[in-house]
Amino acid sequence: METPLLLFYLFAALAVGSALGMVLNLRNTVAGAMNLVLTMVSLGGIYLLLEAYLVAALQIMVYGGAIVVLFLFVVMLLNLRQDDFAPARAWLVRVGSALLAVAALVGLLSATRGLPEAPPVPAGFGGYAQVGEVLYTDYVLLVEVVSLLLLAAIVGALILAKRKID
Amino acid sequence: MPIEVLLKSAFILLVIIGAFAPVITWVERKQSAVMQDRIGANRADVSGITVLGLLHPLADVIKLLTKEDVVPTGANRILHTIAPVIAAVPAIIAYAIIPYGSTYQFGDHALQLVPADPDWGLLYIFAIGSIATYGTVIAGWASNNNWSLLGSLRASAQMISYEVTLGLSVVGCFMVFQTLKLTDMATAQDSTFRLLGFLDVLFGIPVPAWLDWLRLPAWGLFLQPLGFLIFLTCIMAENKRPPFDIPEGESEIIAGYFLEYSGMRFGLFFMAEFIEVVVIAGLLTSIFLGGWAIPFLDQATLTAFFAQGAGPFAGFGDGLANALCMLLHFLCFVVKVVAMIWLQMLIRWTLPRFRYDQVMDLCWKIMLPLSIANIFVTGLVMLVIHG
Amino acid sequence: MIPLDHVIGLSAVLFSIGLIGVATRRNVIVMLMSIELMLNAVNLAFVGFNRMWPGSDSAPALSGQMFVLMVITVAAAEVAVGLGIVISMFRNRDSVDVDEVSLLKW
Repeated sequence: METPLLLFYLFAALAVGSALGMVLNLRNTVAGAMNLVLTMVSLGGIYLLLEAYLVAALQIMVYGGAIVVLFLFVVMLLNLRQDDFAPARAWLVRVGSALLAVAALVGLLSATRGLPEAPPVPAGFGGYAQVGEVLYTDYVLLVEVVSLLLLAAIVGALILAKRKID
Repeated sequence: MPIEVLLKSAFILLVIIGAFAPVITWVERKQSAVMQDRIGANRADVSGITVLGLLHPLADVIKLLTKEDVVPTGANRILHTIAPVIAAVPAIIAYAIIPYGSTYQFGDHALQLVPADPDWGLLYIFAIGSIATYGTVIAGWASNNNWSLLGSLRASAQMISYEVTLGLSVVGCFMVFQTLKLTDMATAQDSTFRLLGFLDVLFGIPVPAWLDWLRLPAWGLFLQPLGFLIFLTCIMAENKRPPFDIPEGESEIIAGYFLEYSGMRFGLFFMAEFIEVVVIAGLLTSIFLGGWAIPFLDQATLTAFFAQGAGPFAGFGDGLANALCMLLHFLCFVVKVVAMIWLQMLIRWTLPRFRYDQVMDLCWKIMLPLSIANIFVTGLVMLVIHG
Repeated sequence: MIPLDHVIGLSAVLFSIGLIGVATRRNVIVMLMSIELMLNAVNLAFVGFNRMWPGSDSAPALSGQMFVLMVITVAAAEVAVGLGIVISMFRNRDSVDVDEVSLLKW
């Protein structure tokens, strides 16, 4: 088995393992957040294997380095120490969601079966130069709209987290 | 070739981290002593022979290894154990992309003195720098102690604020050197530019030809001075070095998030900080001080001098010329790294600690607008020069 | 060299795990983290499909990666606002159990 495929399986196993650890972890929210970081980083590794270099770096920087830190912030700020073992949801919900998940898995797998090998990538594919060029010429409107969205999010988060609006 | 990468990584681990990091603890003690007009620690000896205090790092390591590892009751054992590892590993692997030499041709084999050279080089540093915040965050939380929690909250807020400005401060350098790879940046800094050239290209005032000898090496320091200052400040804040060491506030919250760590776990945190000092020095030299490049002597001239020059180097052939060039470049790199370490120690022992609101003000109200202004001005100048 | 159905399979598995997380857990922070996991699974699918049809040398097709960048940005914004809501919820009810804010009347 060639190295990229082996690495892919390794990262995939890591991602699935830590995702399960995050979702099934009933004891500690912080441990769940650390598992989420591991998932993000392994997904970043898979993006590298799929030749999306800038996206991989941004995934680790933004998701792994900022978003999950924000989660940890809130957990530490609210000092959520013990997750008391709240009674889990009705068994119907759990079984139903598991069945739905299996159905989604089977459906997606059957849809993408039997595709040919991936073609070779053009030069500079996924590098910062090409992505930057495409982003700021073809998709520049998207960039502007997303910046407005981020501004709205900043203002919203500020107002929500203030103690009293006087 | 994996063997080559392995050898280069081993070289970095043994020489640069293994030799530099313990020596830096000695440098810190001696430099602070010299700056404060005292002698410093010099009593560690082996059967009566003190070597100017150079055995103190060894004594430190022995002390830390033999201390008891205490995990406080009620603390999360797993998180308490992995926090120092998460803090130390990014500092060590950051050295993978810092070039300590250029590319040398030995026959038909091109030896490049850097373990890894991805296309998106500097983004790698930012990515693993953002992972390094978790060591601090988890350490404070896992200690089951209010003061540690306070320290780690402050530390994480400080680190992620300064990460933003850190990224923005080198965008000017990306624009000037047109690359994200540190190897290409170092190669681009291997040349010189006219000191009065800005008069010619920006304002159209012709510079007389007899002033052409007045040149400066094309270092990031001269091309992006504001970027250098902002980067230096932000990366020292990122490393939580004094004057930004509110999280470790030694006199206020008794070592902050380090509090419940003893023995080699504390040693790992401690070492991580000093290894990061070396990493910061390496980054500063690669981006702003020209890396391995000797000022006013670019690689082609140097290799030609050794290959066909006069005196004892005549007629030695290309292989030896390249090897000598490699040695000189490496020595130049080491000298610059040592200078940057000295600079960081100097700042550390001169400035008093900033208050927390001063630290945050400095980042968001001063550094961020300045770095954005730097990008703007750099873009404007490049537009005028190239268009 | 990495078959597309493997990538999509992984994406589906991660999506389902996230789905189970949102449906079964009561801690609102873990629910938000599961939503992040689902967004990541979708990103993986985007990147996988983009790798499968990368365009040619003269006309590279990078729409998948553009989508991923936008999803990452939107996720960051959503997490910020969502955690702000969690903080104000905690201030009012002193709990992060999502079942305690399920009543319409206070």
